[in-house]
Amino acid sequence: MAETDIYASLEPIFHDVFMRDDIKLTPSMTAKDIEGWDSFKQIEIILAVEGQYHIKFNTRELDSLLSVGDLVRVIASKV
Amino acid sequence: MSGLYWLPEAADWRDKLRGLGQIAAEPWEEAVALANTRLDFVQTNALDRVVAKLFGGAVPKGLSTKPVRLALLGSSTMAHLHPAIRIAGLRRGLWISIYENDYGQYWQELGDPASGLHQFKPTAILLALDAHHLAAGVGAHLTAADADHLFAETTARIRECWRLARENLRCPVIHQTALPVHAGLLGNNEHRLPGSRRDFIIRLNRELRAMADEAGVDLLALDDRVAADGVKLWHDPVLWHNGKQEISPVAAPLYGDLVGRLIGAKQGRSHKCLVLDLDNTVWGGVVGDDGLAGLILGQGSAAGEAFVAFQEYARDLSRRGVILAVCSKNDEANALEPFEQHPEMVLRRNDIASFVANWNDKPSNLRAIAEELNIGIDSLVFVDDNPFERNLVRENLPTVAVPEVSEDPATYAQTVADAGYFEGVSITEEDRVRSQQYQSNRERDQLKASATDLDFYLRGLEMRLTWRRFDQIGLQRTVQLINKTNQFNLTTRRYSEEDVLALIDDPRAFGLQLRLIDRFGDNGIIGIVIGRMSGDEELAIDTWLMSCRVLGRQVEPTTLNLVAGQAKRLGARRLVGDYLPTKKNGMVREHYPKLGFTLAEAHDDGSSRSVLDLATFVPASTFIEVTEG
Repeated sequence: MAETDIYASLEPIFHDVFMRDDIKLTPSMTAKDIEGWDSFKQIEIILAVEGQYHIKFNTRELDSLLSVGDLVRVIASKV
Repeated sequence: MSGLYWLPEAADWRDKLRGLGQIAAEPWEEAVALANTRLDFVQTNALDRVVAKLFGGAVPKGLSTKPVRLALLGSSTMAHLHPAIRIAGLRRGLWISIYENDYGQYWQELGDPASGLHQFKPTAILLALDAHHLAAGVGAHLTAADADHLFAETTARIRECWRLARENLRCPVIHQTALPVHAGLLGNNEHRLPGSRRDFIIRLNRELRAMADEAGVDLLALDDRVAADGVKLWHDPVLWHNGKQEISPVAAPLYGDLVGRLIGAKQGRSHKCLVLDLDNTVWGGVVGDDGLAGLILGQGSAAGEAFVAFQEYARDLSRRGVILAVCSKNDEANALEPFEQHPEMVLRRNDIASFVANWNDKPSNLRAIAEELNIGIDSLVFVDDNPFERNLVRENLPTVAVPEVSEDPATYAQTVADAGYFEGVSITEEDRVRSQQYQSNRERDQLKASATDLDFYLRGLEMRLTWRRFDQIGLQRTVQLINKTNQFNLTTRRYSEEDVLALIDDPRAFGLQLRLIDRFGDNGIIGIVIGRMSGDEELAIDTWLMSCRVLGRQVEPTTLNLVAGQAKRLGARRLVGDYLPTKKNGMVREHYPKLGFTLAEAHDDGSSRSVLDLATFVPASTFIEVTEG
């Protein structure tokens, strides 16, 4: 799956998790950029992503997720 | 199969969730309905946030259940479990607030009266110690003696936690059995390695059963769930290393539901009655079309065996106290025929307390069943293979539990079990004879129909009311009645086990449990009265409730005679009885005036206070003999 497609399919997940429809994802976006993105929300995002793309992150991949761009790259490497 | 698979999928989930915030009319009912859909982790959290916003974190007004303050004590990350526990409460109409100890500090907080835990004033404690914490210090280097020593230390520490919780916080304890998360070292015969962490946990879980029974603690048997679901569903080592979540967030909704059903059961809110459809639910085929000989039931086919197995499960449920009923679209004669004549039938007509077979719609018939059995409509669980009927019932009777069973009868029993509708924390003698009680009810009704004169009927029942003060033996049933009785309940005050225990020790109060026995059998505990001296000469009737199934049998005046005697013993000259109206207790509005009390106060909200002068009170004569015992 191309990274642009992943951004498009990822946005609804963020909308649901944060209950906001105005979030536009960019590669450089990090937890600092969305209010309420804490470690708890991080787990919600990860589980929602795993469910939607039928993938499973391993320990090293979890450690490498510092931005939305990182997340999209890891997804792209698995689907 | 994982998660809350017995609940129906939420249609239009996002719209409904977003709409919930805007619906003003019945937000609580709407939220309860959403909680009764198949929510995953993310959905559970989303609903929890909306509910928190709706009610501002405060107990909703007019809630008919006792709010629960649950202290979650443990040593791993558990914040991700809070929403699932709250939503599981909501699913059962319960409001649960949660306190979690500071990370790793459960032991200190239990012992420290100044701790956040003590300030929280929990009504229940869930001790959720993770396996890594419990097996700390255990390792393959240990000798058998060292391992035994550590084991004894660990169990002693758990007992001490229970004692502290009971004595300092006066609240019931639920103890979570440990997840078997450790990798084995020896294999099939792991138990031969003294320092095996895996075996240490297995051994501890085994020991916890006896320890819990001895201490009066209830277990949250995660190890049993893991045996059914596999540890991979419950524990994800990646997330354990990532954030010390021992219980995987994927399993959180199920975890929450296990906690919710246990708390519900302790409040006496478990379901009571399993209502069965017949065609293609209890047997294969349609009896009206296929005839007795055409039914798929019993040996000869896998499906036939599966139907028999489901019937056996239902019969076992009835033998532990679940009431069975039938709700079928059939001519009654056709529906009865297999019960009376099919040799492979496990269930017999006598196992069924209410048998309704006709062509009316099922919601109406379910209402009729609840009415006939004198139980709340929310006590019913309805199993039907037909998705149309299931949805019709869910839409019309949202408080009836309707499991989303698959098309395969081989799965019915497990689905009903997994849903935990009939969660119980003990088994009483009453539970064992319940189906007999309903059989007796039918015989009573027959006598009533044949007796032309009411006095003749009542005398013929040969009734005996036996009463006891509240005690340990009757505790479960007392708490159950206090928390579950809605209709014949003057004040609808809900009390916990600990409240009832406190009352036993109060010299200026009494709690009475009333049992009614007649020639057809033992009706069990059918009434509860709590009286408290509210002045030097005045006894306030704090609680008076009765099971509706003994209405019209003169139990009320007989009970009053008893209460008056008890009040005089405490030095009272007057009885004061309050009526506090709810949506459901209109039937007792005139209870005290009917018994000869004088109305003293009547308020705009419908509540009233009535008084009875004991000096001039003349006990009514009834057909009920009263005995203590």
